[in-house]
Amino acid sequence: MEHTILEKRQLSEQVYMMRIRAPLIAEAREPGQFIILQVDTDFGERIPLTIADADAQSGWICIIFQAVGGTTMKLAALREGETVAAVLGPLGHPTHIERVGHAVCVGGGIGVAPLYPIAQALKAAGNRLTVIVGARSKELVILEDEMKELADELIVVTDDGSYGRKALVTEPLRELCEADAMPDLVVAIGPPVMMKFAAETTRPFGVRTMVSLNTIMVDGTGMCGGCRVNVGGETKFVCVDGPEFDGHQVDFDNMMRRLASYRAQEEHARHECLAEARAAELERETHESQNTV
Amino acid sequence: MSHRTPSELREEAKRILEEFTGMEKIRAKDRIAIPQQEMPSQDPHARNANMYEVTYGYFEEQARVEAERCLQCRNAPCVEGCPVRIDIPRFIKHAAEGDYAASLAVVKEASLLPAICGRVCPQENQCQEYCTVGKSLKDTFRSVSIGRIERFVADWGAGLHGLPDDRLDEPNPLPPSARVDTPVITASGGPDSSGVRDVPDVKPPTGKKVAVIGSGPASITVAADVRREGHDVTIFEAFHKPGGVMIYGIPEFRLPKRIVEEEIHTLEEMGVEIRTNFLVGQTRKLKDLLEKDGYDAAFIGTGAGLPRFMSIEGENLVGVFSANEFLTRSNLMKAYDRDRAQTPIYHPRRVAVLGGGNVAMDAARTALRIGAEKVYVIYRRSRVEMPARAEEVDHAEEEGVEFLLLRNPTRILGDENEQVVGIEVLDYELGEPDESGRRRPVPIAGSESVIDLDTVIVSIGNDSNPLITRTTPELEANRWGNITTDDNGRTSMDRVYAGGDIVLGAATVILAMGEGRKAAASINRMLAEDGNHVTGPAAEQGVT
Repeated sequence: MEHTILEKRQLSEQVYMMRIRAPLIAEAREPGQFIILQVDTDFGERIPLTIADADAQSGWICIIFQAVGGTTMKLAALREGETVAAVLGPLGHPTHIERVGHAVCVGGGIGVAPLYPIAQALKAAGNRLTVIVGARSKELVILEDEMKELADELIVVTDDGSYGRKALVTEPLRELCEADAMPDLVVAIGPPVMMKFAAETTRPFGVRTMVSLNTIMVDGTGMCGGCRVNVGGETKFVCVDGPEFDGHQVDFDNMMRRLASYRAQEEHARHECLAEARAAELERETHESQNTV
Repeated sequence: MSHRTPSELREEAKRILEEFTGMEKIRAKDRIAIPQQEMPSQDPHARNANMYEVTYGYFEEQARVEAERCLQCRNAPCVEGCPVRIDIPRFIKHAAEGDYAASLAVVKEASLLPAICGRVCPQENQCQEYCTVGKSLKDTFRSVSIGRIERFVADWGAGLHGLPDDRLDEPNPLPPSARVDTPVITASGGPDSSGVRDVPDVKPPTGKKVAVIGSGPASITVAADVRREGHDVTIFEAFHKPGGVMIYGIPEFRLPKRIVEEEIHTLEEMGVEIRTNFLVGQTRKLKDLLEKDGYDAAFIGTGAGLPRFMSIEGENLVGVFSANEFLTRSNLMKAYDRDRAQTPIYHPRRVAVLGGGNVAMDAARTALRIGAEKVYVIYRRSRVEMPARAEEVDHAEEEGVEFLLLRNPTRILGDENEQVVGIEVLDYELGEPDESGRRRPVPIAGSESVIDLDTVIVSIGNDSNPLITRTTPELEANRWGNITTDDNGRTSMDRVYAGGDIVLGAATVILAMGEGRKAAASINRMLAEDGNHVTGPAAEQGVT
């Protein structure tokens, strides 16, 4: 199976969107599911990425990722027409979609990408939909137009106030909970710390809050147990029991510590990647300057 | 026990062989008196820092001598102990005569993967447990080394046997399986023959299609046996590389990956299609393979799944891993190759591995090889009860692994950053025998002590993987999630068969292979019966 990159777009400095050919995954996937991807199958790492969109008819899936680690940087360096060495999926349980009344989708940073198909499905199921999109600054806001089209109400916040409201996502979320018509369901996807505080915000109001976890994984099929999290005092595997869980039950502090297990090595890989990219750039520059002489 | 060098072992075998040359008849008493041939291996102090295969395999002289120890018992009790009933006396007889091609042919009548089984079978609980020689010497471990002879003839067929003379004097020569200049598997005729891989004959196409799910030992066996009958076979593997537990689980130092890769190549040359990165149940439902994609039958060999944890305090601390995770990072993702692999592996300094099986030994020895200073294996029974192959336990000990027996962890201790700093263990003593006949370990009250550590690897077995049964409601499973089958490997779902660990729970390569053989025979039978009357779309259209 050739996983050709059909389209690649840079959404912000570090954020990329890719449409990849994957007919079987496009056909089977449902909102909330993810894939495991590899850029090279000899020595490459397997990384989980949530499916942001898909088209079963045309046979593609869409991923949106931030080039912050060794593998995502290599992925970002691939061009349209090139292929991704391995794509496995769709993995995990799909999101349970039902008509609850008022659903609030909260997305932080890159987390807006996996949130999009869930928001689509919630809307299609007949819910009133409020979407809160948060980012550090203006250029990191993604999928704003798409969400605007979908949502009954869209709230954009940035940490630095460079766009929308200067706030964290938890502020409008609290206001919504305090309003007369409390949300019936909150779905929060973003950095772990954002999900933790989103869950803390809704907890006193007793609003059901689902979060989608992206923990360390090797196989993604239930074999390694690296993705395990403590949910309500029980050990759960994100890849086969999740990726979505009741945010009020998740031990986020433990999860964040486990996520950092390989930080030193990841940092090293990132630096190597940066150095390689810089070396390639220098080579190109040298080459170009020689050509112009 | 001090380490004996390969050349010492070879010299000893040569001497013994000379004594027998020209002897008309060797009496049983003399055979029993032949010293058991020790497996040549890398020096423990060198090998615990490299990933190459630990053992070199017998020299030809050793294989001959060891084969002479066999009494050729007419009732062949050893065969009873073999899950696939290899004609052991016959293959050993050929080996004693130096006809290794004939010997290998006998093994292959019953076993598809002799180079693998010769290396990883727990022979002391199988064929060698019943060996008359072992019984007369009152020691199973002095039985005829059937597994080592099996491995020798398989390696001979691959041109991978023994150490060449010019390497013998090197301080720690590379094993044949690690050297790039040794030939890959060639013909069954051995290294001197035509140099073509021994690809089994395939009958003319039948037009039937069989889906094989998973690519471990059970699935490889089914794929080969079904393909031989002329049916099209597709293997679906979730990982990016086929081979299952033999690739992700068993380390290179115990089962070199090139041996497994060769078996996979043989399947490909037989015309078996292999689709990696395909998780049946998720990528496509099993039902769709049968109803929409034209597969006439399916075999499920997805293996053991979900790693089990102990449900003790501290199990989710940073530095606690399942053996599956630790070994998959090292084996499949090659994380031990730090210069090239992108997958990180935790760098342990002081490690405790919890459990006493083969996987525990593999994890402990891998930890040593990636640089751990101290590795403990903590096991709650005593050494004789350890389920691991005896040879692996011996090898682990030689390499410096320390065994803390009759001890069981009560909690894992962490610091303020939730990093592992130690483990609390309780001492046990052996009490009355339990239902398995093993003496039950009983905790000694107040005997808690703490061991300083930074890494804990949990290796206490697996629960079954839920994915295939969850996505295939037609499949019946028992309360542990293992798929239930009849004696022929048939499941509750029409045209679907299963075998290996997904049925048995965690077992061995050879048992998985035996199950695969049975299931393949039923699949072939079913498809042959199908061929006798028209089925499928033609029948629906009224064509008779």
